[in-house]
Amino acid sequence: MADVTITYREAVAEGLARELRRDPAVVCLGEDIGAAGGVFKTTAGLLEEFGPGRIWDTPISEQAILGLAMGAAMTGMRPVAEIMFSDFFAVCFDYLANEMPKMRYMTGGQVTVPLVVRTANGGGLGFGAQHSQSVENWTLAIPGLKIVAPSNPADVIGLMASAVQSADPVVFFEHKGLFASKGPAAPAGHVVPLGQASAARAGTDITVVALAATVPMALAAAEQVAASDGVSVDVIDLRCLVPLDMAAVLASVGRTSRLLIVEENPYQGGWGGTVASIVADEGFELLDAPIRRVAAACVPLPFADTLEQQVIPTVGAVVSAIKALMAY
Amino acid sequence: MIGPDELLALYELMAVIRRTEKAAHDAFLAGLVKGTTHLAAGHEAVAVGASFALRADDYVFATYRGHHHAIARGASPEECLAELMSKATGVCRAKGGSMHLTKASAGMLGSYAIVGAHLPLAAGAAWSAKMRGSGQVAVAFFGDGATNIGAFHEALNIAAVWSLPVIFVCENNLYMEYTPIGSVTAVPNPAADRASAYAMPSEVIDGNDVVVVVEAVARAAELARSGGGPTLIEARTYRHFGHSRTDPATYRPEAEVEEWLRRDPLDIARSRLAALGMPGEAIAAADERAGLVVADALAAAKAAPPPDPGEALTDVWADGGSAWRT
Repeated sequence: MADVTITYREAVAEGLARELRRDPAVVCLGEDIGAAGGVFKTTAGLLEEFGPGRIWDTPISEQAILGLAMGAAMTGMRPVAEIMFSDFFAVCFDYLANEMPKMRYMTGGQVTVPLVVRTANGGGLGFGAQHSQSVENWTLAIPGLKIVAPSNPADVIGLMASAVQSADPVVFFEHKGLFASKGPAAPAGHVVPLGQASAARAGTDITVVALAATVPMALAAAEQVAASDGVSVDVIDLRCLVPLDMAAVLASVGRTSRLLIVEENPYQGGWGGTVASIVADEGFELLDAPIRRVAAACVPLPFADTLEQQVIPTVGAVVSAIKALMAY
Repeated sequence: MIGPDELLALYELMAVIRRTEKAAHDAFLAGLVKGTTHLAAGHEAVAVGASFALRADDYVFATYRGHHHAIARGASPEECLAELMSKATGVCRAKGGSMHLTKASAGMLGSYAIVGAHLPLAAGAAWSAKMRGSGQVAVAFFGDGATNIGAFHEALNIAAVWSLPVIFVCENNLYMEYTPIGSVTAVPNPAADRASAYAMPSEVIDGNDVVVVVEAVARAAELARSGGGPTLIEARTYRHFGHSRTDPATYRPEAEVEEWLRRDPLDIARSRLAALGMPGEAIAAADERAGLVVADALAAAKAAPPPDPGEALTDVWADGGSAWRT
């Protein structure tokens, strides 16, 4: 079992299939998810196994996709809706910002909205400014949404189980740059609770907090600075932005006294600002250096690789930031 | 066909709604209701007629002008007025307010304050009913202004393509907020004239005649339950108050207002009752009962306590709490 590896994209389909098998109330809807198996092949095989009564191909109607999912979630189903690219959240943002996260609260607890919104997020593949953004910070600005962004195939499966089983609305960010990456397969029944960061690498000199595609980036940077400078990096994979595992971050900073946050969304309004503010507030005495953030530049994402590499975080930028903080 | 006793009950419910809306209006002017209200006086027949035609387990989704739908589906005037007055006994425990009245236990799954947002939700509830094979239908009530927003068209299309058991009921009161719908819409019937684009049956009905509403919604519900898919009903009606708050609605021509007030849904129901031989004393008794119900409701709402301040941080999540971090 240990030597069995699967890709991140296969893990998405596997995670969905496990939940579809477990609970007949789970249904999937989205554009091209059925017969086509998804534009990223993340739903490949689901229509064949579960049929058109469980896997629904929709028109290009993002408001209808999220609205139908919400109406079904309020009436006994467990829908998993796909928005093909996270950039398209902007055309159905009412459901993410005004409807799903508020319904339970503003009805005084009368209604629950158990659903998952899956989406392909992030850059690095040259899709240009309207198909490459990391928009997890858009959703972090809204109380009432749980936010998941796995970094490896086993976590995709374990977090998908928790997301589908959650009684609250969950936004599930699948990183486009990770779809081809491989990792160990998850054992049967694998469940990763929401809101539990993982210790991706143990270290003693500096804490690097990362999410989704910035986790392998942080791990690569950690290996480089270990080899070149003997720096021991503690890498925390947040796995979720809500619930946000600040206990894990603060405990790590307590061991290392230095904190670097690596995020792919823009520095302006990025999630790292929230993490930094909590550490500044509650962990000030733990720190021997300023908190630093490596985030995307505050510009739209450019098309050309050489330009995109200037905008989103890279291993080189993380290495430089680690060295600068160690020299502080 | 609706018998005289049934019609009298519908009349009494409409009278309760009318008096509740008047009480809400007066409470607002007295400073007992903060924020805003969008009163549905004049629209009573749409809510009461549709509710009568539905099953108890069917789903209803309404707009921020939704007091009538909440009451028609079974919310009490007391819990609605208490909600408006920010009281702990409010139907949403004072966390929703006038624009979000919800009575989930009665299948009234919310009042939505983003125009058109709930049409896909109703389609989703219908999709759910279809998948579960429950025979339920879902109804979305919306204003004429919603017919020009994208969610309306997305919902109609997918409901038709998937043959969902949903009924779209437009309460066309001729004005979006202050602007006449006719001046910003390319077709004369803003809802019904769009249905052909989605191969959906539609009809324009007199939304002030409760019997007409019952019959139209019953037809649509029967079609939906038999697998025939969605129907679009455009119910022409008129609001007796302005759009919201203290709007005097001076943008409406006086003759138009007078004409519609002569077609008051309560008057139409009274005429129908008289034609069915209902004694005038029985109608007067219904009016009196409605008046007492609302007077008692208003007094109870006024006397109720405000919510516990701790309620502000409850019920974000299904576990009842609001924790977002460790």
